[in-house]
Amino acid sequence: MSEEQVAGSERTSPTRPQQLLLAGSVAAIALGLLLLLGGAGLGSVEGFTRLFGALAMLVLGCGSGLVAIRGESRVAYLLLIPGGAWLILFYLIPMARLAVTSLQEGTLEQGFRMAWKWSNFSEAFSTFGDQFLRSFLYAGIATAVALLIAYPLAYFIAFRAGRFKNLLLVMVLMPFLVPFLLRTLAWKIVLADDGFVADSLRALGIIAENGRLLATSTAVVAGIVYNFLPFMTLPIYVSLEKVDHSLLEAASDLYAKPATAFAKVTWPLSRPGVVAGTLLTLIPAAGDYVNATLLGTPRQFMIGNVIQSRFLVVLDYPVAAALSFTLMLTILALIIPYVRATGTEDLAAA
Amino acid sequence: MTQAAGSMATEEAKLNGDIPAVELIGVTKRFGDTVAVDDMYLTVGENTFFALLGPSGCGKTTTLRMTGGFEDPTAGIIRLHGEEVTNLKPYRRLVNTVFQSYALFPHLTVGRNVAFGLQQRDVDRAEIKRRVAEMLELVQLGGFADRKPHQLSGGQRQRVALARALINHPRVLLLDEPLGALDLKLRKEMQIELKRIQSEVGITFIHVTHDQEEAMTMADTIAVMNMGRIERLGAPTDIYDDPRSSFVANFLGASNLMEVGVVDASSGRLALGDGTQLHTSGPGLAPGEATAKIGVRPEKIRLARVGTAGLPENAIEADITDAAFIGVSTQYLLRSTVGTVLNVVVQNIEADRFAPGDRVVAAWSPQHTFVVRGEIGAGEGV
Repeated sequence: MSEEQVAGSERTSPTRPQQLLLAGSVAAIALGLLLLLGGAGLGSVEGFTRLFGALAMLVLGCGSGLVAIRGESRVAYLLLIPGGAWLILFYLIPMARLAVTSLQEGTLEQGFRMAWKWSNFSEAFSTFGDQFLRSFLYAGIATAVALLIAYPLAYFIAFRAGRFKNLLLVMVLMPFLVPFLLRTLAWKIVLADDGFVADSLRALGIIAENGRLLATSTAVVAGIVYNFLPFMTLPIYVSLEKVDHSLLEAASDLYAKPATAFAKVTWPLSRPGVVAGTLLTLIPAAGDYVNATLLGTPRQFMIGNVIQSRFLVVLDYPVAAALSFTLMLTILALIIPYVRATGTEDLAAA
Repeated sequence: MTQAAGSMATEEAKLNGDIPAVELIGVTKRFGDTVAVDDMYLTVGENTFFALLGPSGCGKTTTLRMTGGFEDPTAGIIRLHGEEVTNLKPYRRLVNTVFQSYALFPHLTVGRNVAFGLQQRDVDRAEIKRRVAEMLELVQLGGFADRKPHQLSGGQRQRVALARALINHPRVLLLDEPLGALDLKLRKEMQIELKRIQSEVGITFIHVTHDQEEAMTMADTIAVMNMGRIERLGAPTDIYDDPRSSFVANFLGASNLMEVGVVDASSGRLALGDGTQLHTSGPGLAPGEATAKIGVRPEKIRLARVGTAGLPENAIEADITDAAFIGVSTQYLLRSTVGTVLNVVVQNIEADRFAPGDRVVAAWSPQHTFVVRGEIGAGEGV
C-alpha cells in the first residue's frame, strides 16, 4: 500500500518552502553532530543536556529533511519525532551501552574497560545454561497454559457473555488494580503449605502427604500464568470480538458443523490475537524473576534472577550485560520464525 | 413422528408429481413479546424466482432465516421438497444463502470461499477445482480465484457470495437483500444477472427485498409482507393491477385511494360524497356494505379539459395544484371538488399540458378501479 503511494507520489522540483526546510534540516543535523562530537569549545554544555540537545537536533534535522525531500505530503513523518526521540534516548542508547558493557572487563572498584571480551558471552552461557533452559521451559509452559485458559475465556466473553461482557472484561483486568509484587506475594499465601489449596490437594491425594505447592516449579509456572493471563486474554478477546457472526452462519450454511466452523473460520480469524497474546506472555515471562523469587527456590531460578543478582548483588556488569543480550537475542531467534510461520498478515491485522 | 409425517407428505406429493420447493405451515416466530412472523402459510413452487417484499420489520428476513435454519420457529412446520426441516441445523439442509453483507470469509481466497461447501461434503479435489472454475465463469469472475475478498469491488463480492452458494446445487437459494449495498447502476445490472443465472441453473430463488421495483423486475411471484403476515401473493402484474389491500396498493407502486359509497355491490356502482357516479369492474365489493375503498394507479388516469367528449367512464372534476415535468412524463397533483387529492402521471405524448390552477376532468376506466381493504394511508411513503 505505502509502496504504491510512494511510487504514485509526484516528484516535482522542490518548492521554496521545501528548500528552506531542507536548509534548516542540514543546519539542525550539523548542530546536533557538533554537540555530540564537538570538542572542548563546548565544555560549558555538559552531560545530559548536551546529549539530549544533540539527539533532539539530529531527530528534528532528519525528520524535517525527510519532509523536505519527500514533499509536503510527508508532514506525517514529523509526528514520528517525539516517539523517535524517546526511543533513541531510552532504548537505542542504553542498548548500545549495554552492548559495550557486555564486552568490557574489570570490577566496579577498579573500573571497567573495553577489552572485546567475547568470553563474557560464552561464560554467561556455560555457567547459566540451566537457568536459560529453565526460563524458556517455564515461559513456554506458562504461555501454553495461559493460552489454554485464556482462549475459552475470551471466546465466552466475546460470543456468549451478552450483557455481562463488560463486567467480565473488568474482572479480567481487575488484577492490575493490585501491584504485581503484591499479587505474587498473595499467591505465596494461597499456595502456602498449610493453605487451603495445598490441604485440599493433599486430601484428594493429588499431592503427597508431605508434598508442597510453594517452592516448586509448579508454583512458579502457575504464578507466571496468573500474572500474564490478562495479556493473553485481551488480544484474543479483541480478535474474536471482531469476528463477524454472519461468517459463522455462512460456514454453517455451507455444511460446516460447529467444530469445523471453528477450525476453518473462528480459529484462523482469531490467530492475530493468539500470536499477539503469546508474544505478550512469552517475552516478559522469559525474563521474569519475581515469580521465581517469591514462589520458588534457587532451584527454580530463571535467567531473570541471574541477571538481577549479577547486576545488583555481584556487581559483575559485563556478564550481566552479556546475559541480557543473550536473552534478548534468544527471544528474537525464537520469535522471528514464529511470526513468520503464523504470517505477518496476522500481526498486521492484530 | 415428524419424520414419518414428512416422508408421508413426500410420498403423497410424489404421487401428485408436484412437490413444492418450500412449504411453511402455520409458522410463527416470536422474539420476546414481538411477533416477527405471524402464523404464516406459504408455498413456493419448484424453479421459481420468488420475492418476499415488505418494509423493514415486516418479518421477511426472519422468514428467510427460518427457512435457512438460522432461527427456530416458535410454532409451525417448514418443509423443503416435502421433507420436514423445521428444527434442522443449517448444515443439515440442502439450502444455501447469499447473506446481506455477503459474509465472505476474509482469510480465504475467492476460490477457497467458493469451494468451502463442496469441501465440507468431501467432494474430491479435482472435481472441486473444476466446479469452482465453472462457477466463477458463470458469475463472470473467471481469473479471480486467487484474490482475497478485500481486493474485490462490492459487485464482485456479491457475485462471489452467489457462486459460493450456487456451487452446492442447493434445492433452494435464499437471498437476503443481496443488492442492498450496491449502487443504483450496479443494482440494475445485477437484477438482470441474477434473473439470467436463475433461469440458467433452474434453482428456486427466494429473494428478500424492500425494493418493490427490484421485486417486480425479477420475481415470478411476489409475496408482499406486512407486520409478520403475507398481505398479498401473486404474479407482479396481478398484484399491481389488483392489490386488494391499501397497504399493498401503496407499497407496490403508488395509488390514489378514496372512500366511496356503495350504490349497488353486484354491478359495481359507487358514488362519491358529492354524488359523482363511479364504477368498478374489479372484484372485492362485499354485498351489504354501505361504503368501500377504491383505488386507481396514477398512470391509468387521463386528464382533459372540462367538456371533452369520449372520456373513460369514471370522471371527476379537479383543479391542478402542482405540475412537475420529469421528461418521460409529467406528474400532476390534483384536488377534486370533493377534496380528494389525486396523483396523476401523464406521458408526454399530447401537446396539451396543464398548469397549476387549471380546472380539468380526471377520468379512468372501471377496469382500472380496484377495491381495497384496510386503512387508507397504510404503506404510504415506505
